[in-house]
Amino acid sequence: MNALAFIPLLLALVLSPLLFGVINRTKALFAGRRGQPLLQTYFDLWKLLQKGAVYSRTTTWIFRAGPMVGLAAALTAAMLVPLGNFPALIAFPADFLLFAGLLGLMRFFTVVAALDTGSSFEGMGASREVFFSALTEPALLVILATLAQQTGQLSLSTMLEPVSVAHWQHAGPVVALVVVALMIVLLAENARIPVDDPNTHLELTMIHEVMVLDHGGPDLAFVLYSAGLKLWLFAALVVGIVLPATANAWLNLLLATGGMFVVAVLVGVIESIMARLRLVVLPQLLVGAGALAAVAFLLGLI
Amino acid sequence: MILLLSAMAVLLYGAVVALLLMNRPRLDFSWLGAFPVVVAAIVGCIPTIQVLMGGATEQFHFPWPVPYGEFFIELDPLSAWFLLPTLLLSALCAIYGVGYLRSWQGRRSLGPVWFFYGLLVLGMVLVLLARNAVLFLFAWELMAVASFFLVTFEHERESVREAGWIYFVATHLGTAFLLAFFLLLARETGSMDFDVWAAQGIHTQGLASVLFLLAVIGFGTKAGFMPLHVWLPEAHPAAPSHVSALMSGVMIKTGIYGLIRAFTFLGMPPLWWGWVLIGIGLTSGVLGVLFALAQHDLKRLLAYHSVENIGIIALGLGVGLLGVSSGSTVLIVLGYGGALLHVLNHALFKGLLFLGAGAVLHGTKTLEIDHLGGLLKRMPWTAVTFLVGAVAISGLPPLNGFVSEFLIFLGAFKGGISTVGEIAVPLLALIAGLALIGGLAVACFTKAFGIVFLGEPRSEHVAQAHEVGWTMRLPMLALAAGCVLIGLLAPTVVGSLKAVLEEVTGLRPEVVSLNLAATKTSLTFVVIGSLTFLLVTVALVLLRRSLLAGRRVEQSVTWGCGYPQPTPRMQYTASSFAQPLTDLFKVLLGTRKRILRPRGFFPPEGSLETITPDISHEEMYRPMFERGKAWLSQLRWLQHGNVQLYVLYIAVTLIVLLVWKFR
Repeated sequence: MNALAFIPLLLALVLSPLLFGVINRTKALFAGRRGQPLLQTYFDLWKLLQKGAVYSRTTTWIFRAGPMVGLAAALTAAMLVPLGNFPALIAFPADFLLFAGLLGLMRFFTVVAALDTGSSFEGMGASREVFFSALTEPALLVILATLAQQTGQLSLSTMLEPVSVAHWQHAGPVVALVVVALMIVLLAENARIPVDDPNTHLELTMIHEVMVLDHGGPDLAFVLYSAGLKLWLFAALVVGIVLPATANAWLNLLLATGGMFVVAVLVGVIESIMARLRLVVLPQLLVGAGALAAVAFLLGLI
Repeated sequence: MILLLSAMAVLLYGAVVALLLMNRPRLDFSWLGAFPVVVAAIVGCIPTIQVLMGGATEQFHFPWPVPYGEFFIELDPLSAWFLLPTLLLSALCAIYGVGYLRSWQGRRSLGPVWFFYGLLVLGMVLVLLARNAVLFLFAWELMAVASFFLVTFEHERESVREAGWIYFVATHLGTAFLLAFFLLLARETGSMDFDVWAAQGIHTQGLASVLFLLAVIGFGTKAGFMPLHVWLPEAHPAAPSHVSALMSGVMIKTGIYGLIRAFTFLGMPPLWWGWVLIGIGLTSGVLGVLFALAQHDLKRLLAYHSVENIGIIALGLGVGLLGVSSGSTVLIVLGYGGALLHVLNHALFKGLLFLGAGAVLHGTKTLEIDHLGGLLKRMPWTAVTFLVGAVAISGLPPLNGFVSEFLIFLGAFKGGISTVGEIAVPLLALIAGLALIGGLAVACFTKAFGIVFLGEPRSEHVAQAHEVGWTMRLPMLALAAGCVLIGLLAPTVVGSLKAVLEEVTGLRPEVVSLNLAATKTSLTFVVIGSLTFLLVTVALVLLRRSLLAGRRVEQSVTWGCGYPQPTPRMQYTASSFAQPLTDLFKVLLGTRKRILRPRGFFPPEGSLETITPDISHEEMYRPMFERGKAWLSQLRWLQHGNVQLYVLYIAVTLIVLLVWKFR
């Protein structure tokens, strides 16, 4: 294993909180505000890590374990996702199944930690989280199946690399459908508009934010950081598919890293120009994402 | 073989002794009944493991004065693979049963329970070893009858009797199809012995397909394929918990065993067999987990989850069959391998979860999920082991459920890469379906664990719950350890499938080894990932501890938007947790709601009740049996209760038969 294999992981660790800053700046731009500093998430993390904690008497060790297990799962998942031409730290056939599994584990513990508080707000958020994720899971797997079929590869590191200009010309509709579907999955998995509103101040309307209402101090820092990592990882998938590779590996890395922030800007734009969808409409959107990916798969067969 | 025979003898001996002593009310049956099972399991495991490690297959013949019958048993790798979890789980459930049945001690004789428990284990062992159709059916019936009596243990409750009858009828309908299956095979080959069937094979495509369907229905009834599953959600909750664990963990797997064994008789499968199994797998998997989600009774929920897991096993078998038809060794090895491994895994985590549910029942006297809550503080051991089972059954790393689903997924992805539509499209459906099943399983088990063990107790007597004793704790701990170990030793465990796969698939050993080696490489990386995850978790625990050291860590109430007096009744319930999903799938579930809306300014009452009856039971079997009853009651005039008349019927029948014979 050479030292270069750590590059995607290191970039994820260092830059992922910046994505929130970019998204917020984009939204501020749309709203005509100056917005918070780009590095605000880093300041928040630093502040939270300095704090003590308050725990509900209802909670048990499950509540305390939730953020730690979640962050550990996100960190391990970050070792599986490549960037540019640099393969991930751990790459093997069907590594994306482990990726999906780790995200599932993260969700499992976030949800049980939320239920541990005995609060109906958090119960509601937990209920919605498992509801939507049960529908995004098939979409994600079908997207991956389409990618596997298009590239003939079974590892994220080799699967995302060969998508090139030639590929776009050859199978443009397939790639386009996959990207749209993946973008919907990204928004749903990371609790962004139109699925969830991370900025609302009404517990009843939130999904992800309401599940972590009771967490504070270092625990909340863990939650926040793992949310950033998760967004980074999904953005890396999108960038990996969209960005055509050039011959120069370092240039590719630079482009890919830049691409991550383009995705963040895109998320910010979507959040600025769209309202949140009603909860009852969301399943249609999520099943739609799966259907788009399935169409892409079938198109690829022809 | 001598060890296996003595294990069976010990089982029979223990059962008979328990029966003979049943009229001694003061006798403590606990260890008397459980001990022979444990001894038999230990003795039986030795040859089983030997065969799995590549030891020689052993046979035993013994003439038996039954027409066409012969006491012909054999221990080959396939039998051994199913025998191992059977023996292990039987022993663990027996130990658990000692503690579980203690509350009945003195109130009723426990002799019959242990008698039938011994017979059930003996029946399962014999089903897995029998190589003669008559012996197989005998063992099959032994298993069915013994489990019927165990299911109806609490026969003074009407619901239990009802459940028992549904089980009894369902299992015998299944057996009827098996009888037809065996008779057709016997007519075709002129023998009742499995080895002759396997050697000759069936060469007419039409007959093979008929046999295939008969086997799917006959064995599928025992396994619990939708819509043949109706008995499962009735019988499992009715039975004592250690029996539910045994039935759900291993007894329904005899159906899967039978199906795999039947495939070895039927020659080359056409493509559509694979499609049928994938279709069955998707139906059972998705509907199983959806119905589980809608349940309010913890054991009923688990019973529906067995349907789901049987569906996952069927998906694996479907991938394997597609592989055989298309000549793709990768699909064969991954499909069959995933299915077989899931058999073992499901035995561990479903056994564990049923035992956990039993512990909850024991500690709180209720299984109504919406009455429970906060048990983690009161029953810490049960809670931790249940959590392990819940993560494992959701198919999440680093536990064993992930490994077997990984194999099936990997097979589907490898086949999905191929550009042949007939294979790629069903496999795409499988990928989407299995992912949906996984997502819904997470929903279902966060509900089961979160509502039962977390939060505050939702009723008074649950607050006084107590942890169960060591005889009940140890089996749960052992099974939880098994889930973790298989997850972390995945490559080794998958490697031990080699002998079974060679036998089942008929592939050359080097082909199997080659495919397994590639899978083991992937799994090694999975284990590296899992270990990394565990290490990072430990590091984060230490980090958090050092961060919080010396700082203020306070206790308070749960945040309720400033409301300082939350009550347990304000918590989210299991029903509300599952409501978005059950509403989305209401077409499939047919959930009925009874709402009493609160009226006026100071509403005195208001309630909501949701009932999700089994749709195939309501829409298919009930009308079918009603119609059958109406039709058959036309023949009631034959029945007068007059003995002379019945004798006349017999005489007439005999004369008709004689005339027909000598005509």
